[in-house]
Amino acid sequence: MAKKILMCGNEVLAEAAIIAGCRFYAGYPITPQNELPAYMSKRMPEVGGIFIQAESEISAINMVFGASLRGARAMTSSSSPGISLKQEGISYLAGCELPALIVNIMRGGPGLGNIAPSQSDYFQATRGGGHGDYRQIVLAPASLQEIADLTMLSFDLADKYRTPVMILGDGILGQMMEPVELASRLETQDSRQKKDWILDGCKGRKPRIIRSLLLGKGELEELNNRLQRRYKEIKDKEVRCEILYGDDSDVMLVAYGTTSRICSNVVKDLRARGKKVGLVRPVSLWPFPEKQLKELAERVKSFLVVEMSCGQMIEDVKLSIECKRPVHFYGRSGGEVPAEDEIIREVEKIA
Amino acid sequence: MRKVFSKPNSMKDTVTHYCPGCGHGIVHRIICEVIDELGIREKVIGIAPVGCAVLAYDYWDFDVTEAAHGRVPAVATGIKRVNPENIVFGYQGDGDLAAIGTAETVHAANRGENITIIFVNNAVYGMTGGQMAPTTILNQKTSTTPLGRDRKTHGFPLKVCELLSVLPGVSYAERVSVHSPAHVLKAKKAIKKSFQNQIDGFDFSVVEVLSPCPTYLGMTPEKAVKWIDETMSKVYPLGRFKDRGKE
Repeated sequence: MAKKILMCGNEVLAEAAIIAGCRFYAGYPITPQNELPAYMSKRMPEVGGIFIQAESEISAINMVFGASLRGARAMTSSSSPGISLKQEGISYLAGCELPALIVNIMRGGPGLGNIAPSQSDYFQATRGGGHGDYRQIVLAPASLQEIADLTMLSFDLADKYRTPVMILGDGILGQMMEPVELASRLETQDSRQKKDWILDGCKGRKPRIIRSLLLGKGELEELNNRLQRRYKEIKDKEVRCEILYGDDSDVMLVAYGTTSRICSNVVKDLRARGKKVGLVRPVSLWPFPEKQLKELAERVKSFLVVEMSCGQMIEDVKLSIECKRPVHFYGRSGGEVPAEDEIIREVEKIA
Repeated sequence: MRKVFSKPNSMKDTVTHYCPGCGHGIVHRIICEVIDELGIREKVIGIAPVGCAVLAYDYWDFDVTEAAHGRVPAVATGIKRVNPENIVFGYQGDGDLAAIGTAETVHAANRGENITIIFVNNAVYGMTGGQMAPTTILNQKTSTTPLGRDRKTHGFPLKVCELLSVLPGVSYAERVSVHSPAHVLKAKKAIKKSFQNQIDGFDFSVVEVLSPCPTYLGMTPEKAVKWIDETMSKVYPLGRFKDRGKE
């Protein structure tokens, strides 16, 4: 078995990105993700990569845009207010079909909010966030090992589908420490595909143009149709989710990331007391595990969605099950974290 | 018969979308001539701005991308840092470089990025319909300064070369114009130098080009070039503001 190392989530993410072949990082400091750029500033020069502390989040995402179109595996990271600033750039990445990893270690909002953990950027992440008809793949790790695994996966997915991918974590996942195994993952570097669309100077080939301005009649709709076909393929192939006690539960909790860890403890406690409670943990928030939830709705009596927000993912749960079962909600916001006993009380109200 | 004038290799054979008397076509062509003369066409990556020149890739026959409004220097930074062998240049108008993209411009310049920026200053917004630019001169009428630019309400015209030349990361800053054949030749010399600087590993190079926009100056092409000569170039004096060489 490979050696396990103890790091904080932000650092795990940075090291996993480097293992996955990321050689370009640009970002602007914001709490609670500052360990990530700090780690990159030290590590990138060691592996011949580029670290730039940009003058703004806007500039950072556009540096990533440039690095990506030149063929590099490139990423940026930030936290909620900074991610809002990056939305313009993410829309351009989507429009120009450029791969990139964007990390959002969420904090409380709206506005400057606070620096405590939150899950209130779910809408922004899963609906595209910026202007125009686009989506991005959104992956939500719940442990530090999963941060490592999903970070490596995200670069492969970004390249494969030529799309921005977002890792959606929160302040707890970014700051906490857990043992992680990284060494055995080195093979992901070999899975990299040759990019025959990048701008690297037109030596021996026709010049290429990378753009999202499409003024000719029908050109933009053609791009949108192409993107939609790709999104459909992503929805067919890239749904990831974990289900606990899907066969015999009366109440199904639905939670992702940090809240799913609390909910899995709730399930353990209630199961020990003979209650038929289970958990659906979406790992990919977009594409959302619609089919899995729809199937569960055939057997489960009701759902309880738990979020560190005022209720965002609950909308996707309702849409997935076409409101065939009652969907309850328990959430805390503003940096507050739902406690196990609070969730248990909610379950008891329902069951 | 000997051919004495032809289209540069780096330029596509295409019908212009620019208005009669517009300076963009001249600047596009100069860039292509310089790229041909330096033999760098297969290494060049150009970045088009948001504004009239967003369609630069319809004219340039080499690798080109377009950046979000004002973000050209950040995109250029990303490209150049990934592969310093590429020759990376940005083409920006006054709104792109000196309004919405001021932060990107100042910081790319101050980092001393080994890139070239060609800044086309025509004192007005073209693509959106003749609004005030940061470089609109005092008393100049635009669609958003109908009574003329007033210092108290709209502030002062922004002098980009003067501003950037004080930054230690800037190797070279020169202001030229394309309002007469003699000035076009000088402009070409400056643009060639700004590319040569990049090849030679210098820091940030910027060439500001005063360029006529007859449509939104509300003038004939003839009057527009005269206006640059007699009025605009008094506010924006031509010349080399900095040439500090390699550091």
